[in-house]
Amino acid sequence: MKENGHYIDKNETVIKIRDLYKSFGDKHVLQGIDLDVFKGENVVVLGRSGTGKSVLIKIIIGLLKPDAGTVNVLGEEVDQLRDADLRALRLKVGFSFQSSALYDSMTVGENLAFPLKRNNRSLTRDQIRKTIDVVLDAIGLPDTINQYPSELSGGQKKRIGIGRTLILRPEIMLYDEPTAGLDPITCMELNKLINAVKERFNTSSIIITHDLTCAKEVGDRVAVMDEGRFVRQGTFDEVFTEKEGLIKSFYDYNFIQ
Amino acid sequence: MSSTNEKQDKPVITAKIDGFFITFYDIAVFIARFFREAFRPPVEWGEFVRQCYQVGYKSLALVTVTGFITGVVFTEQSRPTLSEFGVTAWLPSLVAIAVVRALAPLIAALICAGKVGSSIGAELGSMKVTEQIDAMEVSAINPFRYLIVTRVTAMTICLPLLMFYNALIGCMGSYFDVHAHEQTSLIAFFDNAFAQITFLDYTTALTKAILYGFTIGIVSCYQGWNATQGTMGVGKAANVSVIVSMFLIFIEEVIIVHVFNSIR
Ligand SMILES: Nc1ncnc2c1ncn2[C@@H]1O[C@H](COP(=O)(O)OP(=O)(O)O)[C@@H](O)[C@H]1O
Ligand SMILES: [Mg+2]
Repeated sequence: MKENGHYIDKNETVIKIRDLYKSFGDKHVLQGIDLDVFKGENVVVLGRSGTGKSVLIKIIIGLLKPDAGTVNVLGEEVDQLRDADLRALRLKVGFSFQSSALYDSMTVGENLAFPLKRNNRSLTRDQIRKTIDVVLDAIGLPDTINQYPSELSGGQKKRIGIGRTLILRPEIMLYDEPTAGLDPITCMELNKLINAVKERFNTSSIIITHDLTCAKEVGDRVAVMDEGRFVRQGTFDEVFTEKEGLIKSFYDYNFIQ
Repeated sequence: MSSTNEKQDKPVITAKIDGFFITFYDIAVFIARFFREAFRPPVEWGEFVRQCYQVGYKSLALVTVTGFITGVVFTEQSRPTLSEFGVTAWLPSLVAIAVVRALAPLIAALICAGKVGSSIGAELGSMKVTEQIDAMEVSAINPFRYLIVTRVTAMTICLPLLMFYNALIGCMGSYFDVHAHEQTSLIAFFDNAFAQITFLDYTTALTKAILYGFTIGIVSCYQGWNATQGTMGVGKAANVSVIVSMFLIFIEEVIIVHVFNSIR
């Protein structure tokens, strides 16, 4: 099993989801999701657009409430937490948005400083600057500190979005389509970054994607989602040995076309 | 906690009437949340000061120009009538009463509703639809306190200041007009003007301005905070902020005037 030279602790679950349901009106999005993420593991969630992948990780971070089922993150039941405790948990979970969601009225430096300052009011200007430099170095964009998001390319925005969550030193990273809409070379760079983040910051992650190259590069385990359920789980090779139905369509699209 | 809208199941009366009451209830919850969060530390001073600057700075030029013109025009228009009765000496106090009691609060409020209300609606709306508000939420920041409390408070505090400034400029405009016709000193004019204004007039004006500021702040923040459907929603949030604020301001005006006149 590919573990990116890293030890996965199968005895320690950082995210444990059981029998999760979520509907919007009469639109049933999640219909019985079970998922475990182990410490040090990168789990890739594959699925077509609109199957509820984003909804799933928004429930994990408490942006949406589940209708039924349990979501346990780092030992806490997310939907039962009071505001203060939820906030404490969110410090340990990084969330990288599909749209990057950078604060467009702020420079890159201010984007990174914003969560840091607000969650640690005793930091000095120097300490903040140093932390920002470390993160910008880790995401490979040291020269963008004074630029505004509108001046950045799509790939750079994604990196800064990842950097903005790394600055709080999360134990878990949730990536929503980190490579969507990017050219193949930038995709590869982001895959490398996701693996580097795991090494350097010791994170466990869920990576949502519909890009098989990404899944293969960064995933220790792949879970395929269809119509609100996981239909297949395993290593990349396990999932894609038998190519039929949805799996085949995915595979053909990504590797043959 | 979450800022995401979820659909209701079945209408109780009709979808439209239900929607009206749901919106009403939502706004009440929004206001309650404002008061709950506003008095809890830590205060976002930096953002609050920035918003005060935005409110003041964005409207200052317009408030100055309209205030001045109101003063001049009101004086011009009143002079013929007053001179018919030979009481042009009443001009200063007439203008002052009109400006403080009625014109300044309304003018300042309408300008802020148009200028600041739309920009708050659009700014928060675009932050909402581009997930910037969710991004604050997930980095353990309370976006309501950072974005809403600061803006509503800034509006509530700055509008009274703009209103008094507008009244002062209005009187200045009137003075220029009066001065052009008869030799009056500035001091004599202002003595005369404010002699008729009572403590109750100031209280009424202040109450109005505070209420209007709060209304504009809450309405435009609510619209932005609940914006949906991408860029279309942003335009709608800005637009609806202005219309609803102005509408409510006129309704509040009527109510306040009645209440204070019954005291008088
Ligand atoms: N806040 C919401 N309100 C109503 N419907 C939603 C909301 N969020 C997501 N949905 C619906 O849930 C479905 C799954 O969305 P999503 O999780 O974003 O899909 P994806 O797998 O592409 O990330 C979509 O059909 C979407 O319309
Ligand atoms: Mg999605």
